Amino acid sequence: MEPDVARQMFDTDELVINMGPQHPATHGVLRVVLKLDGEKVVDADVVIGYLHRGVEKLSENRDFTQIVLLTDRLDYVASAAANLAYVETVEKLLSLEVPRRAKYLRTILAELQRLASHLVWLGSHAMDIGAVTVFLYCLRERELILDLFEEFCGARLTYNSMRIGGLPQDLPPGWDRKALQFCDIQIEKLAEYETLLTHNRIWLERTRNIGVISAADAVAVGLCGPPLRGSGVARDVRKDEPYAAYAEMEFDVPVGTRGDTYDRYLVRLEEMRQSVRIIRQAIGGLPEGPVMGKVPRLIKPPAGETYHANESPKGELGFFIASDGKSTSPYRLRVRPPSFCNLQALPRLVRGHLVADVIALIGTIDIVLGEVDR
Amino acid sequence: MIDLLVIPLIKIVIVLTGVLITVMYLVLLERKVQAWVQVRLGPMRVGPHGVLQPIADVLKLFIKEDVTPVRADKFVFTLAPIIVLVPAIIAFAVIPFGSTVSIFGKPVPLYVADINVGLLYVVAVASIGVYGIILAGWSSNSKYPLLGGLRSSAQLISYELAVTLTFVSVILASGSLSMVDIVTAQRANGVWFAFVQPVSLFVYFVGGLAETNRAPFDLPEAEQELVAGFHTEYSGMRFALFFLAEYANMIVVSAVATTLFFGGWLAPFPTVPFLRVLGYVPGWMWFVVKTFLVLYVFLWIRATLPRYRYDQLMRLGWKILIPLAIANVIVTAVVKVALSY
Repeated sequence: MEPDVARQMFDTDELVINMGPQHPATHGVLRVVLKLDGEKVVDADVVIGYLHRGVEKLSENRDFTQIVLLTDRLDYVASAAANLAYVETVEKLLSLEVPRRAKYLRTILAELQRLASHLVWLGSHAMDIGAVTVFLYCLRERELILDLFEEFCGARLTYNSMRIGGLPQDLPPGWDRKALQFCDIQIEKLAEYETLLTHNRIWLERTRNIGVISAADAVAVGLCGPPLRGSGVARDVRKDEPYAAYAEMEFDVPVGTRGDTYDRYLVRLEEMRQSVRIIRQAIGGLPEGPVMGKVPRLIKPPAGETYHANESPKGELGFFIASDGKSTSPYRLRVRPPSFCNLQALPRLVRGHLVADVIALIGTIDIVLGEVDR
Repeated sequence: MIDLLVIPLIKIVIVLTGVLITVMYLVLLERKVQAWVQVRLGPMRVGPHGVLQPIADVLKLFIKEDVTPVRADKFVFTLAPIIVLVPAIIAFAVIPFGSTVSIFGKPVPLYVADINVGLLYVVAVASIGVYGIILAGWSSNSKYPLLGGLRSSAQLISYELAVTLTFVSVILASGSLSMVDIVTAQRANGVWFAFVQPVSLFVYFVGGLAETNRAPFDLPEAEQELVAGFHTEYSGMRFALFFLAEYANMIVVSAVATTLFFGGWLAPFPTVPFLRVLGYVPGWMWFVVKTFLVLYVFLWIRATLPRYRYDQLMRLGWKILIPLAIANVIVTAVVKVALSY
């Protein structure tokens, strides 16, 4: 029977389901309006804005130094990455020179943060697909990273860990040794996650050929970060436009071949290994010296505007700052959040898949609503 | 009078209480096993190492408000959990917990009933539970429960076929449908059917996981996808009934596995001379130990595996398990006929 004939004979209706904003698997307050044909997703509409706090507007009434702690609240599972992107943008605007030691330490912190963020991603992604144990294993290692951050800056989630011109303080004694110990543990535990997932038949069936997006489409839709690299585009801001101390680090940019959920999983796992590699190099070659550069007491950039991007764990995190040259706060601050840009691809990824895959796909693009809504 | 009424009634009361208490503590065991696998401690606050946790849980469910959605079909909504729970419990009627023992000189068999179609009874009773799930999903008058209910009905029906086919091969091997006879056939054979029918055991176990909605087949209640599946709208004691039924079903599946494949109440290694001392342990204890070992595998799997997707689960059921079970039945039949010549 022709499908059209069937549709005429049997009155079928699309079922509209609201997934979220209160749904256990939408990673916060994301709302996805799904149109279902049976269990098949015909269309998806992403509704955002439930966590909008007006960070960009707030910034216009804050000093440049005060904005660092607003950036903590963007991607709250990777606040050091946002701290770094913001302070570097302001430094670029001021043409400030940052001491080499501070650059190295920033690199270490950013990579630890990448590990922590990827651990949260892996844990929640695996839990969405039903492997609860992986989640707890991941949080176990993340805890160690949080301990390191706590020792460095006193906070465990919203670190406020960077300052314009450098870092608030040098490392506590013995911190570098602990970080290296953590690296050893992390490498060992990565193998443990892989035992549970990488060759697991169910995991493969749930992620292989799910949410395939070609390299051209990925670029067209504006994907960035691991989802883009999963499609085979070797774009990594750390390599292409090095910031902090990345120019002096040796690391590979893993890329996928098929652009499916499994490839994005492999890319992120490999990135975690590369992060460990970078941390080891940076601690090994850590230069001596101050951690704070010469910064004017009143930060009042000259009139002008600038954009600077970092490779945050989620993708390309950019800050655009316009200064009118008269005030100590930005005339306009705009965040280019990777989660937001990646979320655009969701309707495209889920079309034609089943409801259960929507969960896997929300997981695979790795969003944090704090960053999407700002 | 005593034989006809009092003894069976006492037995029913004992089995019922036993099942309910086992369910309570199975929940605790599950939480503990999960916790140990996941480098946690599990419940620790209520009583030493959380041993009183089940009591607290039940108490909580008792005093919770029992909400009925305004637009739900109230009669069916109340009926559904009962339909789910009752079959799960009455299936225990034919499970032989042990052989006949003598109490005050009176021979008392350690099962409620030994009917000659025991296995058929288990299959029949187990299928009734599906109605409860569909009705629960439908009567809630809400989208998530409806999808959850539909999923589970499809799932249960497809896996029931495979499970029933494994029963056929066991019946061929034992020559009887009575649960007691199946155990005694294993004693006569000198070897448990797990070793005679490994394929059956595998298919039965996978099918059993699916039929009890356990991981990796716990789709009807995939909390990440369908919130809580068919029982999303349930709360309080009515929710507790579903919960009870799920765990009671797990115990049924394990108990049937023990009976069919692991020699029921028989002691292991009857032929090894220095292990013959194991035979002095009462049969029902062996039964309990074996059942809990099977249950442990359930919990272990839940802590290890991700979840199948709906269509993959259907494919596994129809394209792998059922053909495997059919082939196994044919092979068993051919071997049996060949051996009888």
